[in-house]
Amino acid sequence: MSGLLTSPWARRVGLAALLAVAIALPFFFGPYRVSQLTLVLIYAIAVLGLNLLVGYSGQISLGHGAFFCIGAYTGAILLDRTAIPHLLTVPAAGLVCFAAGLALGLPALRLRGLYLALVTLALAIATPVLIKRFDGLTGGSQGLTVDQPAPPSWSGLADDQNLYFIALIAAVPMFWFATGVVRRGSGRALIAMRDNETASRTMGVNLATFKTRAFGLSAAYAGIAGALFTFANGFVAPESFTLTVSFAFLAAIVIGGLATVAGAVFGAFFIVFVPVWTSDIDEALSGVIYGATLIACMYVFRGGVMGVLRSAWAWSTKGRNEDEVAEVAVAGDGRRAGAGAGGVRS
Amino acid sequence: MAQFIQLVIDGIAIGSIYGALALALVLIFRSTGIVNFAQGEMAMFSTFGAWALVQAGLPLGVALVGALAASFIGGMVIERVIIRPVEGQDPLTILIVTLGLFILVNSLAGWIWGFNNRGFPRALPDGSAHVAGVNLSYESLGIVAVLLVVVGLLYLLFQKTKLGLAMRAAAANPESAPLVGISVGRTLMIGWGLAALLGALAGVLVAPQLFLDVNFMGGVLVYSFAAATLGGFDSPKGAVIGGWIIGVAETLAGEYIDFIGSDLTILVPLVIIFVVLLVRPNGLFGSPEVVRA
Repeated sequence: MSGLLTSPWARRVGLAALLAVAIALPFFFGPYRVSQLTLVLIYAIAVLGLNLLVGYSGQISLGHGAFFCIGAYTGAILLDRTAIPHLLTVPAAGLVCFAAGLALGLPALRLRGLYLALVTLALAIATPVLIKRFDGLTGGSQGLTVDQPAPPSWSGLADDQNLYFIALIAAVPMFWFATGVVRRGSGRALIAMRDNETASRTMGVNLATFKTRAFGLSAAYAGIAGALFTFANGFVAPESFTLTVSFAFLAAIVIGGLATVAGAVFGAFFIVFVPVWTSDIDEALSGVIYGATLIACMYVFRGGVMGVLRSAWAWSTKGRNEDEVAEVAVAGDGRRAGAGAGGVRS
Repeated sequence: MAQFIQLVIDGIAIGSIYGALALALVLIFRSTGIVNFAQGEMAMFSTFGAWALVQAGLPLGVALVGALAASFIGGMVIERVIIRPVEGQDPLTILIVTLGLFILVNSLAGWIWGFNNRGFPRALPDGSAHVAGVNLSYESLGIVAVLLVVVGLLYLLFQKTKLGLAMRAAAANPESAPLVGISVGRTLMIGWGLAALLGALAGVLVAPQLFLDVNFMGGVLVYSFAAATLGGFDSPKGAVIGGWIIGVAETLAGEYIDFIGSDLTILVPLVIIFVVLLVRPNGLFGSPEVVRA
């Protein structure tokens, strides 16, 4: 059974089944639910980007709401000022944020741990303030209203379904690319750097290059998610990009599982649906759950949802195939080190 | 010139509040190496506590003392229950726990007291003295005086009492301190209690000017981060002086730099944090972090 799961063909069949479910979903739910699922896909892209940075490279960012914001406004301003097709704003936002991420990645080279957290926190707070200030371009606190992309007439899709598929078509290659990054040498270099900088340097990892690239790539993910957010909403305003967004993204990577790719989807589900489900009871309840879950994750479920799934899998296959269990255990250690970013110092 | 002096004095008054919260951050950082992102929210909760006691009909003085005492105990409980299990772990874990605490405390306050803003009674007298064209409000003078008294008391505590000596020993060498009979856990709890008390003091002093709501300490926390960063995260002296510099820079920039004006003053601490961390990461008075490679 476990051998089946690890064989590449079984993986491919599993992924194809997952994709089929994702494609079928919008035909089974009403417009409101579909728009929430679209938001899950969009957040998942941003959360995945943040996880590449925090989980894999061990650099803490509290500022990804800022890149999400920059991406969203890049898209909105392009749609507002030019006749650019909607879909082109997505790579444009990705490029702008990639550049912004590299620019922040350079000073970040000198900072680690809590100090990097402080600087990125400053960025997250400053960005919406600056957006308000440059109101000629950004519409200030009024925000910008943009046209949403219309579904192609041959498709027969409703607006909400069309938006869902755009987000899905963006998300699939982003996840595929991230899987490639973390599986190949570059991903291993990031993990090595996170676990022990000195040792990784001895092994020939160029710290400066990898750290800044990780920042740039991670910011590009957030920017692409931002541009998708703009036309999924049809409206951007500075109020949508408060510190809460950055905190939610960080909560999502912890809850989904640090240093995992698939965890981003679980994390995104959490930050979209917990506020929806709890708002009936009390406006403040979702915050209580966020905070308590974050703390609980650090105490008990270090690997988040993915960690729990992996432990359950290891437990269910225990004794049948010792090698498999050993492999899962190693993956578990990797996760722990992920939570322990920068922990090795002596 | 009178206007300039006026701005500097106003800046020192507001900077004293930033300094008080920065002192709380420094107190915890020195003993545990933790930057407590929840410090501002804990202070907000304490301030709401004082407000609730006033609403319940207690005189303001009694309410303030009660809230400060409760904050001290609350800080100790938070250290023992929430922070202790992750103490000594890597920065990301601790950061996530303090952020979790930030969100939790903020939402709990919203749950209990709602999200509207409220006026908060002034503990310090109204009115002001005029000296050479400069308006010295009693409130501003009072805030500076309170900070100086607090700094003096902390100095006495740390330098002249046995408890202070134990706290310094536990912070300087947590491995050896137990060998001479110091309970490191107890000193850490007291450190967190003191920090919560300082934060509460900052909260009740600033609340009359900012109005009380669940997010009112968020901005103050950013200024205090800047103060602690500028002064050096492990220097109490730096926290106070850093607070004054940040406060003065804020009022001056708001008045004299057109781009910043009254609504972008938040950029001042952010730029200062950014520049200090890049140019002089240990701040003005901080000691450099030494790591064995």
